Amino acid sequence: MRERKVALYGLLTALAFVLSYIEAQIPVLFAVPGMKLGLTNLVILFSLYRMSSRDALLLNVVRMILVAATFGNLFSLAYSLAGGILSWLAMILLKRSKKFSMVGVSVAGGVAHNVGQILVAIFVLETGKLIYYLPVLLVSGLAAGVVVGILGGELVKRIHT
Amino acid sequence: MKKGDWLLIGGVLLLAGAALIWMQLTKAGGSQVVIRIDGRVTETYDLAEDRTVILEGVGGRHNTLVIQNGKALFAEADCPDLLCVHQGEVSYDGQTIVCLPNRVVAEIQGGEASSVDEVAR
Repeated sequence: MRERKVALYGLLTALAFVLSYIEAQIPVLFAVPGMKLGLTNLVILFSLYRMSSRDALLLNVVRMILVAATFGNLFSLAYSLAGGILSWLAMILLKRSKKFSMVGVSVAGGVAHNVGQILVAIFVLETGKLIYYLPVLLVSGLAAGVVVGILGGELVKRIHT
Repeated sequence: MKKGDWLLIGGVLLLAGAALIWMQLTKAGGSQVVIRIDGRVTETYDLAEDRTVILEGVGGRHNTLVIQNGKALFAEADCPDLLCVHQGEVSYDGQTIVCLPNRVVAEIQGGEASSVDEVAR
């Protein structure tokens, strides 16, 4: 059983890592800093429902460190940590309330991720005016969250670990 | 999908819409573009004068700021994501172009109001 878990962790971490890379390769024409497609959130959402909230956090933090070490730096790590942890908090809160399906949980995650990143940017760049990006970030987080939530629901239904 | 999902989606859309309307209502033309690099104000340019400046950001990378017809934009940059270039023109007070990788921010400010701010600081 332990070996199974180790293998699953490794598999999901690798998957999340690869998805981060793919996501970084997709050029986004209309975009603002902090905007993400949220493909990796699919893996996090899956682990949240199939494993535990602790596992989901661990996977996400390991992924962010890997991504920052490979493609980024300490600054990009700060952005993703803020987005990732805020997103995780929003998702577990909504999931525990039992009033939301995976779509709602994923939407909260997507929106919280984007808001977290813009908050760090405001802090790092010392300009509160970045709040002007908020409407775009809210809507893009919402759209990504809906798509990821629907896909995640199908995954959890079909894949049994 | 549960009822909570729809409420959440509606709430987010409402918030985004409200923020957008508020920004439209409060928007005013700006007269200057303030350049911040790594959080520090390095330069302020008048929007009324057309010019092209190459800004040096963090890590020796550059952003080309173009001021034309009272609007500012980043025409070129050597940051990896080019989000700042894709964002296009800004001209209203408070509008901002950000280049996260180079840590360069161009922020539009209003004329008289902001010079009062500068004095107060």
